[in-house]
Amino acid sequence: MTVAAPILHVLTALVASPLLLGVIRRVKAWMSGRKGAPLLQSYYDIVRLLNKGAVYSRTTTWVFRAGPMVGLAAVLVALTLVPLGGVPALMRFQGDLVLFAALLGLLRFFYVLAALDTGSAFEGMGASREIQFSALAEPALLLGLAAMARTTHELSLSPMYDEISFDLVIAPSGAVMLVAVAFLIVFLTENSRLPIDDPNTHLELTMIHEVMVLDHSGPDLAFVEYTSALKLWVLGALLVGIAVPVRTDLWYLDLLAGVAGMFALAVVTGILESTMARLRLSRVPQFLVAAVVFSGLALVLVLR
Amino acid sequence: MTAVARTIRVRNAVAFQVKDCPVLGEREFHDEVVSTVRNGAWIAALYGEGQPDGSVKLFAVLADDAAHELAITSTVVRDKYPSLTAELPQAQAFERDIAEVWRIRPVGHPWLKPLRFQAARTDAPDILTPVERKIGQSPFFSMLGEEIHEVAVGPVHAGVIEPGHFRFQCHGETVHHLEISLGYQHRGVTKALVGGPNKRTQHYIETLAGDTSVGHALAYAQASEGLSRGEVPGRAVRIRQIALELERLACHTGDLGALSGDVGFQPTDAFCGRLRGDVLNLTALICGNRFGRGLLRPGGTRHDLDEARIRKVLDVLDAYAKDVRQAVDLLQSTASVLARFESVGVISKELATEIGLVGPAARASGLTRDVRADFPTGAHLVRPYVPVTATTGDVAARAKVRALEIEKSLDLVRRELQAPWRDGLTWLEPGGLRPHEMIVSLTEAWRGAVCHVARTEATGHFACYQVVDPSVHNWFGLACALREQAISDFPLCNKSFNLSYCGHDL
Repeated sequence: MTVAAPILHVLTALVASPLLLGVIRRVKAWMSGRKGAPLLQSYYDIVRLLNKGAVYSRTTTWVFRAGPMVGLAAVLVALTLVPLGGVPALMRFQGDLVLFAALLGLLRFFYVLAALDTGSAFEGMGASREIQFSALAEPALLLGLAAMARTTHELSLSPMYDEISFDLVIAPSGAVMLVAVAFLIVFLTENSRLPIDDPNTHLELTMIHEVMVLDHSGPDLAFVEYTSALKLWVLGALLVGIAVPVRTDLWYLDLLAGVAGMFALAVVTGILESTMARLRLSRVPQFLVAAVVFSGLALVLVLR
Repeated sequence: MTAVARTIRVRNAVAFQVKDCPVLGEREFHDEVVSTVRNGAWIAALYGEGQPDGSVKLFAVLADDAAHELAITSTVVRDKYPSLTAELPQAQAFERDIAEVWRIRPVGHPWLKPLRFQAARTDAPDILTPVERKIGQSPFFSMLGEEIHEVAVGPVHAGVIEPGHFRFQCHGETVHHLEISLGYQHRGVTKALVGGPNKRTQHYIETLAGDTSVGHALAYAQASEGLSRGEVPGRAVRIRQIALELERLACHTGDLGALSGDVGFQPTDAFCGRLRGDVLNLTALICGNRFGRGLLRPGGTRHDLDEARIRKVLDVLDAYAKDVRQAVDLLQSTASVLARFESVGVISKELATEIGLVGPAARASGLTRDVRADFPTGAHLVRPYVPVTATTGDVAARAKVRALEIEKSLDLVRRELQAPWRDGLTWLEPGGLRPHEMIVSLTEAWRGAVCHVARTEATGHFACYQVVDPSVHNWFGLACALREQAISDFPLCNKSFNLSYCGHDL
């Protein structure tokens, strides 16, 4: 395995992640008989926002301004820790999976602080929802990773994902399959997709993630948008690594399979969002507990 | 001597002499209104008219569904009168309107504050403080407690909609109380209508609530024709019926789509958005305007239907019927949608009766209230209409009533279009309005009962023209529906009522 593969993966993610959002939107538009926005709309949005000035409310402090920056930094570091299928991560060491989860936590922590810093009732509400739901999504992620670590006897993400094979996924214990389902739920939750959140809604009272970033504008909002795209990629990579167990000896084939998997995931997300309604907010915890149960069960199965 | 009648009872859109309307004492008026409403009527209108001597005459128009009659009574008051709201919650909005316009205190009103923040029409000393009169500053009901938080939404909203302010008293995600403060769209239309009819009148009427142009235009046309004893040609009666039902089809379709969009269910949202446009285009095919403006006039309609257009409308409706059924079936059979709609924003039948709900919202709670059935005019006089109802009173029920009414309206429009058309005019020049008369005109617009009350003075012009949009009754229903609900379900409940801001604010 050459050193070029991880670098190429990071570069692909940096460049192509906003395209994932475009694909999801296109699929949704296509499913409802519309033409939809251009595939590159997210890029246009980010460029447009970067060229604008930002507006800051008088009640906000440096915490509010730090939110988008820390968020982007956290997700960038997370990107260097995550493998894409057989393509190892740029950085890898024993226990890097804990740092990975911690970086996502840091991102959320700063977003929540920034939201609370505005003093707006809406943003406080969104922050409280975000915390409540991520408190349930995080165990699902960590338990799932623990189950995977136990299965593969590896404590670093890259070798762990390298071990995954088709046989392992369809193994009779079903543990890896369960983890994949749990990761799908975590993926939808953390990226505020349906049925947990509705990224398209303009109804502030129903929003979760969107309401937290209502006060950001200009370059800050561009950071937030780009962070969302990267987060989609990073969490998607965890899922695709299991769902597309292609491990050849040729790094470029692995990379190609991984990237294709990412776009297939975007298409699946678009189809999911086009065919179901959003959950009632009070039912979301039950849905997330299901993810925790899947991960927990997987762990129990491999601990036997 | 036998007991003097305490009310005058008339049919819908039938004029009567102003002097025939009994003028009761304050107490008598109060008791009469309370007992009539307790016996099954609802308050269609309650308003004041300034008298030359500085006093104010209060008129109450009570709709008695069972008797198919409107009971009207009045009283003269100076600075205060016993409030009706304490006993009849449905009077609350009307009494707030009277208090701010005429500066008369309804003694015992539990929560007196302006309804629309409009200017007073009298020089009497104000009963409200300047702060109370200030829009957005008027005090709100508030809850105490460390964990209670207030959420304020509006008047500027995230979507492109009309302005209104909503104040939620929340404990966590649960709403304990919602207060709705409107008036941002107040234009003073009812005041501008006084002195009409003139060139502006029709325009004012059609823009009372833009999405109910036909409903209001029909109420106005009926009132005007009743006051002038004008005849309406048969063709025009049928075209009006078609226009009214097309308006209902378009709005109900749009509402079902919007409800679907609010829960993030894309297919029905996309379908209904397109279908609504198809129906609006049919109205445009008939009269050149998608909302039916310029179609109805006192004396008939300004546009006729020819054979080719009738064919075209029927064809489009066939395609529409097929698609809308598919879209609505999908909505009503998707488990994830039903999970969102069911048991959310419940209004019981008792509560609906008490707060005087009208329209689909009332029928969703099990009331059979429908002007087309209870106070028929036009084509419904010969062919009685049977209202559709649901029982659960939740968002699902309000969606269901709309879905059923789409079928009903389709039937009505098709039957009207397919029946043989006799040649003739669609408009007869109406005469002048008779002096010193009054009329109450009700129509069942898509949102519910539209009530217009007109009184003419000596020259046959309007001395008073009162408009009650269904939204005036139903906004309070929305506030009640939100009690003990999750705040995140507010947009969904709101959409299930889909009320008008400008129709309320006038």
